[in-house]
Amino acid sequence: MAALLEVRELRKSFGGIGAVNGVSFAVHAGEILGLIGPNGSGKSTLFNCILGQLAPSSGEVRIDGRPIGGMRPCDLNRLGIGRTFQLLQVFPQLSVRENLLLAGQEHEGGMWSRLFGPRDAGLSAAANRMIDFFRLAALAEERAGALSYGQQKLLDVAMAFMAGPRLVLLDEPAGGVNPTMLGGLRERLKAINETGRSTFVVIEHNMEFVMSLCTRILVLAEGRIIAEGAPEAIRNDRAVIEAYLGT
Amino acid sequence: MRPVLLFVGVALLIAAPFGLKPYGIYLLSLWAVMTIAAIGLNLTLGYAGQISLAQASFVGIGAYTAALLTTQGWPLGAAFALAALLCFVVGWLLGYPALRVAHHYLAFVTLSFATLVFLILRNEEWLTKGVYGISGIPRPALLGWSTKAPQDFYFFCLGVLALASIAAWWLLRSPWGRAFTALRENPIRASSLGIDTRRYTLMAFAIGSALGGVAGVLYAPLVQFIEPTAFTPGLSFNLLLMVIVGGAGRFFGPFLGAAVSVLLPEWLRFSEGLYLMLYAVFVMILLAFFPSGLLGLAERLRTSWPRSSKSAS
Ligand SMILES: Nc1ncnc2c1ncn2[C@@H]1O[C@H](COP(=O)(O)OP(=O)(O)OP(=O)(O)O)[C@@H](O)[C@H]1O
Ligand SMILES: [Mg+2]
Repeated sequence: MAALLEVRELRKSFGGIGAVNGVSFAVHAGEILGLIGPNGSGKSTLFNCILGQLAPSSGEVRIDGRPIGGMRPCDLNRLGIGRTFQLLQVFPQLSVRENLLLAGQEHEGGMWSRLFGPRDAGLSAAANRMIDFFRLAALAEERAGALSYGQQKLLDVAMAFMAGPRLVLLDEPAGGVNPTMLGGLRERLKAINETGRSTFVVIEHNMEFVMSLCTRILVLAEGRIIAEGAPEAIRNDRAVIEAYLGT
Repeated sequence: MRPVLLFVGVALLIAAPFGLKPYGIYLLSLWAVMTIAAIGLNLTLGYAGQISLAQASFVGIGAYTAALLTTQGWPLGAAFALAALLCFVVGWLLGYPALRVAHHYLAFVTLSFATLVFLILRNEEWLTKGVYGISGIPRPALLGWSTKAPQDFYFFCLGVLALASIAAWWLLRSPWGRAFTALRENPIRASSLGIDTRRYTLMAFAIGSALGGVAGVLYAPLVQFIEPTAFTPGLSFNLLLMVIVGGAGRFFGPFLGAAVSVLLPEWLRFSEGLYLMLYAVFVMILLAFFPSGLLGLAERLRTSWPRSSKSAS
């Protein structure tokens, strides 16, 4: 069976300087893959190349064994691939509920049914479930911009799941979230992974969060994979420790 | 609160012409026409965030379509259909540059287009009669109701404005409106959520332009004589001003902005030669202090009202 996501020899350089220098890996259905590495090691660039936000300089990305080179981010999303960005990106003017409806609406029907059909695109029930699941019920009608940073971060993650994606790429979901909320976020993600059979790739600097969430970890340094394995093995890997601390 | 305001507004618009001389009624009709064009631009610019300085061109295309068809005996309904379709298609094509450039670059692309359309209207005499213009544009009759008299034609304009408003309201409250807002606020995030930003950008241009065309179709029989200088980029700037003064991205912004632009200069006429200067100063002060326009100002007053009255007591 083909891997859900497969990256082959991916390279991306900016003005001759390599940010991603030949990365290959595969993600299988049901996994929670952690992607760690020092600042500037190319993690976000790798995500952006996978998701069509950036055009890779060379290499290939496959979903279900099918090359997806040249596909636009919106097409990839409609193939069932969700994401969050490193910097928080909710729509501050829209309410929490509207943000969620927006995140799901393009997956229902066609352009015309979205114009002449119901205002909520038939997604109110799904939005309510997501609101309850991420404990945002008290804030559902608030403008997203009025929420605390941590709450917006939860909404950002919730939006990525609204359309029921098979694969979600999360870029630092725990960044700036307080420790109590962080535990909640980890439990939510685990629950979605187990019940929804959704697969994740998670970039994160918070080691405790990564180690307790992920089933497997990739370590990136200077645009290359320097280690790969189970959380325990990575914790004790010499190369990893060196990459983080410098030699 | 809102339904009451809406009701009062509609009642005033219906009662207004009864106390007015023909020139006053003409101005009100012009307000209705410009409001339709500004609603279109508000869709493109205010909601979808795509600047266009070409709205006057679509008013022009609509007006010439109406003038050419109705002086040949075609009904105005045919002009509405053809102009809306034509402007939709041309607007769609004008949207393509917006897929590549934004902000002031896009402003210049659309401005160049506006200049091009103006030159075509002026130079292609075989079609448009050039600087001589087209005169004798008839006003329509609907099921035996002649709209020749100023008051009748005003009500006709008001009816079309009502239809255009309902259509825009429907559109903006549908998932499309949400997608337009997302496109304006953060196109990269929007596309990561499956929103086809390319298609919505083109749609925003096409629909906004079609509304400009509809306004033009009404404009021709309103003034009954059209010539190219009515559709210079100056009108585009004026429409842009209406959208921004009223409050870009707010549904009733164009209604208010068009009122300021069409009516205020008339009210300031008592000041003789000064009136355009007073108008310019008014716009400068308003936008310097309230960049979100009159409706933004109204919103701010409303939200600060309870607080200030509480602190006073
Ligand atoms: N658009 C860009 N233009 C030029 N250089 C870029 C661009 N995006 C990223 N880079 C460079 O590519 C390298 C990798 O950046 P990237 O953002 O992928 O790192 P990261 O691993 O996500 O880091 P962090 O943990 O700080 O988020 C950096 O040296 C960065 O300066
Ligand atoms: Mg990063």
